[in-house]
This record gives sequence, C-alpha cells and structure tokens, in this order.
Amino acid sequence: MTSGTTPQQTLTKTSAGREATPRQLRWRSRKAREAAAAYAFLTPWLLGMVLLTLGPMLYSLYLSFTRYDLLSDPKWVGFANFVQMFTTDSRYLKSVGVTLVYVLVSVPLLLVVSLLLALLLNKGMRFLTAYRVLFYVPSLIGASVAIAALWRMIFGADGIINQALAVFGIHHSSWVGSPHDALTTLIILAVWAFGSMMVIFLAGVRQVPRELYEAASIDGAGVFRKFFSVTLPMLTPLIFFNTLMATIGAFQAFTGAYVVSGGTGGPVDSTLFYTLYLYLQGFAELNMGYAAAMAWVLVIVLAAVSGFFFWTARFWVHYGDE
Amino acid sequence: MTSTIRARAPRPIFGRKQSTNPVIRAVVRHALIVCALAILLYPLVWMVAASFRPSNQIFTTLGLFSSHPTLSNYTEGWGAGRLNFSRYFFNSFLIAILSIAGNLISCSVTAYAFARLNFPGKKFLFALLLGTMFLPFQVTLVPQYIMFNYLGWINTYLPLIVPHWLGVNAFFIFLMVQFIRSLPRELDDSARLDGCGHFRIFTRIIMPLALPAVGVVALFSFVWSWNDFLGPLLYLGRSDLWTVPLGLKAFLDSTGQNSYGGLFAMSTLSLAPIVGFFILAQRLLLEGIATTGLK
Repeated sequence: MTSGTTPQQTLTKTSAGREATPRQLRWRSRKAREAAAAYAFLTPWLLGMVLLTLGPMLYSLYLSFTRYDLLSDPKWVGFANFVQMFTTDSRYLKSVGVTLVYVLVSVPLLLVVSLLLALLLNKGMRFLTAYRVLFYVPSLIGASVAIAALWRMIFGADGIINQALAVFGIHHSSWVGSPHDALTTLIILAVWAFGSMMVIFLAGVRQVPRELYEAASIDGAGVFRKFFSVTLPMLTPLIFFNTLMATIGAFQAFTGAYVVSGGTGGPVDSTLFYTLYLYLQGFAELNMGYAAAMAWVLVIVLAAVSGFFFWTARFWVHYGDE
Repeated sequence: MTSTIRARAPRPIFGRKQSTNPVIRAVVRHALIVCALAILLYPLVWMVAASFRPSNQIFTTLGLFSSHPTLSNYTEGWGAGRLNFSRYFFNSFLIAILSIAGNLISCSVTAYAFARLNFPGKKFLFALLLGTMFLPFQVTLVPQYIMFNYLGWINTYLPLIVPHWLGVNAFFIFLMVQFIRSLPRELDDSARLDGCGHFRIFTRIIMPLALPAVGVVALFSFVWSWNDFLGPLLYLGRSDLWTVPLGLKAFLDSTGQNSYGGLFAMSTLSLAPIVGFFILAQRLLLEGIATTGLK
C-alpha cells in the first residue's frame, strides 16, 4: 500500500506548478488513481520480489565471497570459494561433469521422443484424449519421491528391469548400485516424463496450416520431405522453447538423484547432480558461503546458455509470417 | 509462402506413394501407441499390483497378478515403525491447500495489474517478472534458509506457505496475464461506466471469466506442493511435521528388503491424489499446458 501513494504525491506536485483545466485534472487524477490501484494490486508480488528474490540474491552474492556456517559471522574470503571450486574441489568438477552428461543426453532424447509421439498422435484420431492423458501422467509424478523410490527398486539387482532382461538371456547387476549405470537410470527417469513436452508439440503440430501440406503434395513432396520442409520448420519456435525450458529444468534436477542414491550422490559420485552437491555443501556441511558461490556460478552458466540459445535462434527458428 | 507455391502451375503428381489402406494404417498407428503406453506405464502398474501382493512375493515376479492378493501392505505401511502416515497426509494436504489459496490470490491480483492497468514502471516490472521465470531457485535457497532461520521459522510451515502468498511463482502469474489479456476489454469498460472500481472489476468480471486459468494454477500448485521434497527436507526436521514425501524417504531409509510392500502401498497412496485430480480436470489442464508450457 505504501508504494501506492507515490504517484498521487507526484501528481499534486506537478499540477501545483501550473494551472490545469478541470478536464485535464480529471484525466490526470484518473491516471493517478489507476496507478495507485495497480500498485495496490502488485503489493504482495512486489514484497515477494524484494524480500524473497532480489534481496536474497544480493545477500547470496555477498555470501559467495565469504565463509559462513550459520553459527559465527560470515568471514570475507574474496574469490577463495570460486578458486577452490575450479582447482582443488574434485567433487565439484565431478558434479559438473555428471550434470552436463545428464543435460546433454536427456534433453535431446526428450525432444526426439516427444516429437515422434506427437507426430504419431496427430491426425485427429480416436481415443486421442485418453492417449494424451495417459502419456501425461508420468510428467505429473516424475519428480516425486514415490517414483524415485520405485526407480531404485526396479533398477535394483533383482528389480523388474533385470528380470525382463533375463528373459532375453541378459544378466545384469544392479543398475543403481553401479557407477557406470546409475546415471543412466536417472536419464531414463527424465525421459520417462516426456508427456508435458509432447503435449506442447502436439498443440503445435495441429496448428500447422493444412494448405502448406496440400501445396507440398502438389509439388510432389513425400512424407519425409513434408516433415523436413513443412512440419519441422513450423515447429522450430516450440522446439526452441522446449529445449530452453528442458535444459534449465535439467540443470536443477534434485529429487531423483537424492532418493536413488540415498542422499549421497553415489555410487562413487556418479549421480552427484549439481543441486545435490550444492545441498550437501550448504546444508549437510554448513558451508553456506560455498553453496552460495555454487549457486551464482549456476546462474551465470544458465544465463550464458540461455543467451547463446536466443542468439542462435535467429539462424534456425522460423517465425510464421516470413 | 503458400501463395508463391500455389502460383506455380500444378505439376503432375510424381513421387507420391499410393497410400495403403487407411484402416490398416490406423490399426498400425494405434498398435504403436498402445505399445508405447504399455512400456511407459508398466512400472507404475507393476508398483500398484505389487502393493497388493504378500511381501514374500513382491520381487519374485514380473507379472501383475498374485494368487493371494492382500491389503496387509496398506495396513502395515500406514503406521510402520515410528511412521505415522495419517499425520503426513494431513500435513501435506494442509500445506497444499494453504499454498493453493496463496497462489490463487497473489498471482491473480498481480496478473490483473499487469494485464489491465497502466502504471509507471510497468515495462520494467514485467521484464523483472519474466526474468524470474528463468532464475534457478538455487540462488535464493541459501539466503532464504538463513532468513527463515533468523525469523525462527524452521520447523514451521511458514517457509513452505508464505512465499506462495507473495507471488513467487512467476509462471503462474505469466499464465494468468496471458489469459486475462485475451478477455474482451469492452466488459471492463462498460463496468467502469456503471461506476465499478478496479477491485470490483477484478472480482466481479475478470475472475469469473478467468476460471479456466485459475483451475490450471490451482491444480499445478497442488501438484508442485504435494511433490515438493527439497523444501520440507530443509525446513521440517521434527517428524510430527513431516509431509508424505519425507515419510516415504524415512520409510526407504529405515527398512530392509522385507517391507517394500509397505513402501509400494504408501507410494501408491501418495500418487493417487495427483493422478485423481488430474484425470478429473484433464481437459482444462491439457489446454493450459499446451498454451503455456507448464510442466
């Protein structure tokens, strides 16, 4: 509410300077009332912005240059946290590697699988609503503890995955217990929840104007030619959006890795996701300055990745009316 | 683009395969989709089936059916060891309801201001809103914890609820802004001529029309609050305050091979509200997802 009074104060100041006609006054006061109302409506959000987002961001920027364990006062250490990350902390570098593999494998797989199924579901077929609902269910629950716990079971030594493989004569040890395979199970978990992306693609595929396909047919284009010359270019804005959101989301994955590894990031740090390591540093070891520094590195990396995406967009994203 | 293509003289149709029987094609298509769904949902169905099997049979079979279906996993899992799932479900519902209410109120008033009102600084604030949609939550994790700790909010539900009353979820606000912008402005104008103020226009005209968007926000608030693991893990140490995900985690930590039946039973119960609400409201939700890209 306090911020709502400012526009009115400025109004009385400006209108005091020179004579204004009653009509101008009425118009200005209507504008001022609207601004006051707007700031009244925005008050909760503005409070949250300052107290829960901008303020904490600045504070964590300060903390990233300190050692802080919550018990004694923060101690200024300059760039020591950042230097430690990239020189002596091998677990940090390992967590960066694990996260990069996870992002670079799961995001393209997600795109391909969801696009393929969106194309399969296109064509106004029967049961479309039911199919859409069923494909979406994993997206709703994929980030839950229940599903991560289930994953830990089915990819265990005698889980159903190994039982299914045994039917084909393949004998495999525990997936979640092996440093080579544990990350694979988390990538499968991410791809399993492809439904939300598929629904977005499906909406996009259905908006491609029919005339484009008709025109392509007249020009003699086959199924594949139509896909690469019509469908794919028309979908590039959605591919761009989905890639960006999935990449940002994948950098922030936490629950699956925590539950599957029992909160350790193991075996041998093979599932030590960036956010999991940040959590362990900040809240298990109480290295809050170090955790804040890690968070800021992530902000900068994500800003750079997003910026790069937006820059490349002009070369490959096709916006309708050109 | 279309017009240039059409302007050319139509060529004779070469290279276009004689299409196979449409019935066969539809059958193949449906078969592929059903196969994909079967693979996708099998782990889930298997878990539900396993939760009704006696403990000694759970891992012995890939199949779904048991010769001795039982409810004992549910009765034993509900209060296994020192766990108390009545409490966890109650706590989860309480937090979810208060979060939903907060999100609905704070996000809709914010969205109304951005969608309908003019005010100085609007462009800047809207850019700020969009910026926070891409901000990784980790950057505020540590300082928020320090702040809530300083306020004495550890082991209370306040850190999990208050942020939702202050519109921290930029995605919800953005979704509602987009929706309100699509409503015809003439309605506001005529209400204004009738002497309605902004608050009345918001409550009497905009909100009733924005119910589809409100539904999407409510359901996603529920899903995110219900699935939230990191928040409760950080702020709820006392076991009587735990939510369902923390109960499941404790179950997983404390038990051996022989009590997986109880774990599967409780996991099934924990997923039921989300899947249930989703199926009830799926049409509304999937339209919302398709237009906004929410997960």
